[in-house]
Amino acid sequence: MSLLEVRNLTISFGGLRAVDDFNIEIKKGQLYGLIGPNGAGKTTVFNLLTGVYKPNEGIIKLEDKDITGLKTIDINKAGIARTFQNIRLFKELTVLDNVKVGLHNHYHYSTIEGILRLPKYYKVEKEMDERAMELLKVFELDGEAEYLASNLPYGKQRKLEIARALATDPKLLLLDEPAAGMNPNETGELMDTIRFVRDKFDMTILLIEHDMKLVSGICEELTVLNFGRILAQGQTGTVLNDPQVITAYLGE
Amino acid sequence: MKKLRMTKTAKNNFVTYFIVLIAYIVVQMLLKTGHMSSLMEGLLVPLCIYVMLAISLNLTVGILGELSLGHAGFMCVGAFSGAFFSKCMDGAMPNGIRFLVALLIGAAVAGIFGILIGIPVLRLKGDYLAIVTLAFGEIIKNLVNVLYIGKDNNGFHFSMKDSISLHLGEEGQVIVNGAQGITGTPHDAGFTVGILLIFLSLFIILNLINSRDGRAIMSIRDNRIAAESTGINITKYKLMAFSISAAIAGVAGVLYAHNLSTLTALPKNFGYNMSIMILVFVVLGGIGNIRGSIISAVILTLLPELLRGLSDYRMLIYAIVLIAMMLFNWSPKAIEWKDKIKEKYFSKVSFRKEKEVK
Repeated sequence: MSLLEVRNLTISFGGLRAVDDFNIEIKKGQLYGLIGPNGAGKTTVFNLLTGVYKPNEGIIKLEDKDITGLKTIDINKAGIARTFQNIRLFKELTVLDNVKVGLHNHYHYSTIEGILRLPKYYKVEKEMDERAMELLKVFELDGEAEYLASNLPYGKQRKLEIARALATDPKLLLLDEPAAGMNPNETGELMDTIRFVRDKFDMTILLIEHDMKLVSGICEELTVLNFGRILAQGQTGTVLNDPQVITAYLGE
Repeated sequence: MKKLRMTKTAKNNFVTYFIVLIAYIVVQMLLKTGHMSSLMEGLLVPLCIYVMLAISLNLTVGILGELSLGHAGFMCVGAFSGAFFSKCMDGAMPNGIRFLVALLIGAAVAGIFGILIGIPVLRLKGDYLAIVTLAFGEIIKNLVNVLYIGKDNNGFHFSMKDSISLHLGEEGQVIVNGAQGITGTPHDAGFTVGILLIFLSLFIILNLINSRDGRAIMSIRDNRIAAESTGINITKYKLMAFSISAAIAGVAGVLYAHNLSTLTALPKNFGYNMSIMILVFVVLGGIGNIRGSIISAVILTLLPELLRGLSDYRMLIYAIVLIAMMLFNWSPKAIEWKDKIKEKYFSKVSFRKEKEVK
């Protein structure tokens, strides 16, 4: 059974069909890549999947449940988490608190319990701390837990964003250009992290990326977008050797 | 061992409570030894009121990240509802309990107004809250000025015209008398009550900030889009922060009403200028810095009084202090310098403690 199934997804801005008849099927545990030239509509697809935009046509199913047109927070609760192309952290919060915001919907105590500092507050906060530190350890950020998120170096900010997304306990993780702005060393490290996340958390990952080394290195299947339409789709090796893809995107 | 576990924020909060406590003790000593002029004595309750207003506005501006220009409006609503209750119930119940209920009513009414304004406005992106609260403050002030409420044996009478059209019976009594406001509110407010209320507001705000809900509120401030896609209910938490902020302003209003024999809604006390002044306290104290708000509210309230002797030069110096405080709080060089000082004198103790924790 496929985890994510998207059929005929279409959205227009004015006269422009930013995404036109987009179809995708991602199986559980897959590492799936979405590539294409700038302006092809990749991030728009992410915004459609996460409810930032409402599609004009089409259907989005997560584990056979129709999630088309739901609000962003409901889609997150249904099990899709994402990172952003331009990093969006909670800059004035600590690294630990960033992850704890991600845990928000999984740990509960009431406002009154929080203000009056009843025993439940301490108990739940301790559990949240432990869980958040566990996640930070995975990304080797546990040493910086008390730093403000804005004081982290760039590569670690990217990792923190992934950690925060994972904290919401998603079924599907969307990564929007995770390697943007990274040097080859950092990219290599990131590839290991992504693979590790998939194995350790049993996660399904859909990522947008321009770095071909990363894409060919870790993605099992690819979809290539061009001008909002699917240009090619299938196994990574096959797609990257497709003459159409080479002319449109990779260059000869 | 437990003390060692205190986190940085817990320590910070402790310092804030401690400063308020020390201020209280010092003032009490000055009062007891008779070293305080009657002018200063009269300023003590207003000081408490301003401090409460500043920290509550900081919840909206600094923690939630929304601009509110009508904080005095919430204070006005709280003041009139609290005073109205006290006037009606004067003598009907013990003074202490009556005042306590008046405080609760002031908080509830102001909080409800906060929710009513927040529901439509906080859904919008952008600076709409500033525009709407600005209007709200002015509308409330003018509305109160044409409001007449009286009470006689048949119950309450209400009018927007004048006190005669209330058609009160013989035993009737006008409670809210339009532009003349409410006269004869019992004088329940005092410095000790004011300090207790400051402690209560601090307790609520600081504990809220350092809880699950507080994190959600600050995540909205830092990045709304990310907060939304992390599963944070934006409207709920914005409303929560805004209505709590309004409710505390309402409590400050009740305190204000019970410190005066006549409560009227003038531009001076509940108008636009007042809202801006509270905002100045918040901005100069450091947006999001609760302790800073307290200190700047105290300094900027006392300063004009202390400088009274300089007559005409008073406002000049006031302006210079404003600029100096702004530079001290916000300029990169000053921040750098403050960090250096902190590291030099305080780091040894605190860092060691933190390492032990790890």
